Amino acid sequence: MTIRPGRIAVHIALILYTILALGPIFLILINAFKTRRAIFADPLGLPNGQTWTTIGFDRVFANSDFGLYFFNSLTVTIVSLVLIVLIGAMAAWALTEYRFRGNTILSLYLAIGIMVPIRLGSVSILRMMVELNLVNTLTALILVYVAQGLPLAILILGEFIQQIPKDLRDAARCDGVSEYRIFFSIILPLISPAIATVAVFTMVPVWNDLWFPLILAPGDGKQTITLGVQQFIGQYVTDWNAVLASLTLAIAPVLALYLLFSRYLVRGLTAGAVK
Amino acid sequence: MADVSLHGVAKSFGATEILRDINLSVDDGEFVVFVGPSGCGKSTLLRIIAGLESVSGGEIRIDKKRVNELPPADRKIAMVFQSYALYPHMNVYKNMAFGLKFAKTHKAEADRRVRQAAEILKLTPLLDRKPRELSGGQRQRVAIGRAIVRNPSVFLFDEPLSNLDAALRVNTRLEIAKLHRDLGATMIYVTHDQVEAMTLASKIVVLNQGRIEQVGAPLELYRSPRNLFVAGFIGSPRMNFIKGQVLRAEGSNVTIGFAGTEATLDVRPGSVNPGDHVTVGIRPEHMEAGGAESTSLRGTIDAVEQLGESSYVYMRLASGDDVIVRAPGETEATPGGTYTAHVPTRALHIFDAAGLSVLPDQS
Repeated sequence: MTIRPGRIAVHIALILYTILALGPIFLILINAFKTRRAIFADPLGLPNGQTWTTIGFDRVFANSDFGLYFFNSLTVTIVSLVLIVLIGAMAAWALTEYRFRGNTILSLYLAIGIMVPIRLGSVSILRMMVELNLVNTLTALILVYVAQGLPLAILILGEFIQQIPKDLRDAARCDGVSEYRIFFSIILPLISPAIATVAVFTMVPVWNDLWFPLILAPGDGKQTITLGVQQFIGQYVTDWNAVLASLTLAIAPVLALYLLFSRYLVRGLTAGAVK
Repeated sequence: MADVSLHGVAKSFGATEILRDINLSVDDGEFVVFVGPSGCGKSTLLRIIAGLESVSGGEIRIDKKRVNELPPADRKIAMVFQSYALYPHMNVYKNMAFGLKFAKTHKAEADRRVRQAAEILKLTPLLDRKPRELSGGQRQRVAIGRAIVRNPSVFLFDEPLSNLDAALRVNTRLEIAKLHRDLGATMIYVTHDQVEAMTLASKIVVLNQGRIEQVGAPLELYRSPRNLFVAGFIGSPRMNFIKGQVLRAEGSNVTIGFAGTEATLDVRPGSVNPGDHVTVGIRPEHMEAGGAESTSLRGTIDAVEQLGESSYVYMRLASGDDVIVRAPGETEATPGGTYTAHVPTRALHIFDAAGLSVLPDQS
């Protein structure tokens, strides 16, 4: 087999991009285990016998409610994720499968949602949450994230649902399967690769978001992990050990979820359905 | 078991008329084949009977009950799709049992039915496989099995063989015919392949542009096509059409001139008058039958195809008409030479200017 120059170029580009993407994470990981002096003296060096320390982690666990923040973030992310995927898939199914009045208008309206950044509405969202008595609750965050994630989810899932052969639904209808059952027993399993894609795309920004936790739930023990990290970044002194340690801890669950979903990203499940 | 009848069924998508005024009755236990070119509405008609499409007008009755408003599941039908439409994430057993779960069938009964269907279709060793692990023929059998377990009154097949290769198609065709004999159920089958239609059907419905052109037993359609469309559609290679003119007419006895020759035969009285333009149809396999009352057609040979058991001679008549002759056995004709075909008068089909057959009804 000969290797074409085009393929080499593609690989070089991909490798460079991988380095670019993984570099910062790698830096966070190695520096989280180094003394403050070593972080500044040799930021690119690996921790060795002299510079090795876990003081950052100790301080994170001692000085902050890290477990609670972590739990808050996890709750917000997972609940948002489940709602986005579930509502998104149902809406996508309805918009692609059923022809009804206002179908196109609704699709367009949702497409606009992808283009307009939700942060533009921060002030009115805050005002609304105050009126609803939802400030400093995780519910406020979940609501906002669901709204933010839905348009793209519906678009992606709709595309995938359209690719499911129409005959499958018709076959199920002839079999006497209810529309709900068709959705849950046939459509959902078949779009699981798309769901994994949507989950990954939705999860990362939600987990990493600082903006909405800061304005909607900054207190009352409802802080998310990104807010928790902030407390180590001071105006005058920044506890880099603690910041890097908490960031390291914050990466872990995203990574775990990513690995979980990525199993489905690659393979298509519809093989063998038709023809 | 049940009969199916359609009364004035019409369907349009927006301004486009797909089907208009379809009237048809399918008797209990009959094997009816809808055949026609693509886009003629045959699949739509099947989907209307299944309940997957609504009608714009008319009435559908299954087992003498109006079913227009019933969902597919309540019509006692089962459908086999062209694409098989197997649930890809379920194994063969679950594919067949899936529908029964919602029909409130008792679990043991469902299991018995699935195993029985698997037995009939020789699927027993494959019950644990996923559809992607099956060959095309096996997938098709699973799709048929899924229909059988529902124990339907009417089976609907939507071009079930068109994704199979030629050898498998013949096999599966025979299996479907056998299935029909064994189950005795009413079956409606859609295809664009006239060989399938001829071999399987007890009754063929020829559709064209949303209308029924003719309904009849396979040989009836072959022997006395009602119009040019059916004449051209049934039979392979297709019927030769030659322009002609009525020379003389005395009651039902007319003489028609075509391709430099003439033939005298009986038509429906008063259906044509002297001077009328007509189309003369001759099936390629009748071009060489000869016999006592026959007409000779001479032309230059364009091409010759030898198939061993027969030969196709493509020739151009002096009148400019291109015709195909199917001569039995091998032929010595070569391209560029001349060829004379001997057509018996009784093999002629005569169509008037509107394309309708003017031959007397043979039934």
